[in-house]
Amino acid sequence: MLRTTVLTAGKRVSLVLGLPAVLFAVWWFATAGSTDFYVPPLSTVLQKFGEVWTGARLESDVLPSLLRLGAGYLLAVVIGVGLGLLVGLSRVVRDVLEPVLELFRAIPPPVLVPVIMLFAGIGDTMKVIVIVSGCVWPILLNTVEGVRAVDEVLSDTCRSYGIGGPSRLWHLVLRSASPQIVTGMRQSLSIGIILMVISEMFAASNGLGFTIVQFQRSFAIPEMWSGVLLLGLLGFVLSLLFRLAENRILAWYHGLRRAQRTP
Amino acid sequence: MLDVRDLQKIYTGRNRTVEALRNLTFHIDAGELVCLVGPSGCGKTTLLKCMAGLLTPTDGEVMLDGRPVSGPPPGMAVVFQEYGRSLFAWMNVRDNVALPLRRKKLGKARERELVEHALEVVGLADAQHAHPWQLSGGMQQRVAIARAVAFEPKVLLMDEPFAAVDAQTRAELEDLIRRLWHELGVTVLFVTHDIDEAVYLGQRTIILSASPTVVLEDLAIDLADERDQLHTRASTRFAELRSHVYEQIQRAKHHNGDTERTGAAGAADDLALQISEP
Repeated sequence: MLRTTVLTAGKRVSLVLGLPAVLFAVWWFATAGSTDFYVPPLSTVLQKFGEVWTGARLESDVLPSLLRLGAGYLLAVVIGVGLGLLVGLSRVVRDVLEPVLELFRAIPPPVLVPVIMLFAGIGDTMKVIVIVSGCVWPILLNTVEGVRAVDEVLSDTCRSYGIGGPSRLWHLVLRSASPQIVTGMRQSLSIGIILMVISEMFAASNGLGFTIVQFQRSFAIPEMWSGVLLLGLLGFVLSLLFRLAENRILAWYHGLRRAQRTP
Repeated sequence: MLDVRDLQKIYTGRNRTVEALRNLTFHIDAGELVCLVGPSGCGKTTLLKCMAGLLTPTDGEVMLDGRPVSGPPPGMAVVFQEYGRSLFAWMNVRDNVALPLRRKKLGKARERELVEHALEVVGLADAQHAHPWQLSGGMQQRVAIARAVAFEPKVLLMDEPFAAVDAQTRAELEDLIRRLWHELGVTVLFVTHDIDEAVYLGQRTIILSASPTVVLEDLAIDLADERDQLHTRASTRFAELRSHVYEQIQRAKHHNGDTERTGAAGAADDLALQISEP
């Protein structure tokens, strides 16, 4: 039993890390000794990575980007879940808001950057708004679905025991919608990273997107590649952290699913 | 205690109205254990939901202790058939039982006492920290019963609670209900489609017709109060009562509010009915 768990754990790690390792190796060997100015050898990129992304730049560029992402993402979660609850719980609100929401949802957030710049300036506020404007949709729509799918029997149970108001909202509605809400949040996370970079490419004086564009414009190609690599790693780490948090918060849901699959 | 008077429920859908309950009148005394039995699809659940204040009847009323029921009354607990859907999957057994008590603001110590006692009487003292989906169906229904017990209701409504559990578990749970009823002195209304169960459990069995539903018979179950699965079910009186209820249910399948009325009611009434029927 223990032996098989150890084996499957080892197997899982090799499954998870296998393809990235292969891709990395392919990149390494395909670019080794490359003389192409735009495709420098991976060894050069890695060497630049160590030089560029340690020390002062962590604080001056990586940290501001992460803070904007964090602020935008959290705000999107609050707005998405809050509005999703309203829309999901009230038929009237749903009828009124749905056409407007569909319209806004169809607009790609990068298009909004110049518009948002007009009223929010070119500071951090603009970048946070851009991130929110993209991240909010998956969270909002999934929350609405989750709230509407609250089990009728459970809802009746709450009513007959007089569980209402905030208690019902927390113990029944939010908890039973949480698998969908988390799904929306997972989709939003990658959208958030993309929008963080895009918003910093337009008008910024620091940040990851800004730095990568700077490198590209000054023909510091290995440095630019190292920035791209860092973005990839950032996405990987964030999704790993997300997975860890999800496994804790939705432990009941995964258990329930397993129990339903093996009756 | 619990009075149902001229209860009628008509569901109105798009170009279709369905009269689930025609006219139901019955009375349950405090401390009674009454079974409601009827053919499948006879509106038992509709009736129970009306009594629990979860559905508003089209006409007539339900009175609890002389007061009309207009929403879920505080002294009432409901145990549903779908145990898997009536428990909070994200809470452990203990929290499932404790949640309805929080609103009562009894204080931590009293709340704990009630929860632990309830779990003990249903035989789940060891499963407190498990999640519902880690338990068998019968055990999950025990959790739902424990939750109702901890709530200390005056009236306990049960909607075919054992329809989805296996026969052995069902027998155990039936005896559990008899025992709890004796110990707690609570009034129990037990809805079922199982004829044996309807005879075995209650002091009275109310037999319903097919939909649109009326009361066909209000039958006193004159079995000894001390019941057990083996001897009670083997007794002659049990067999007699069982056949009687069985015959009534067979009759009920072809008998509903319409046939009931045709004999007694006038022609104008019939005409009105035909118009209102889908």
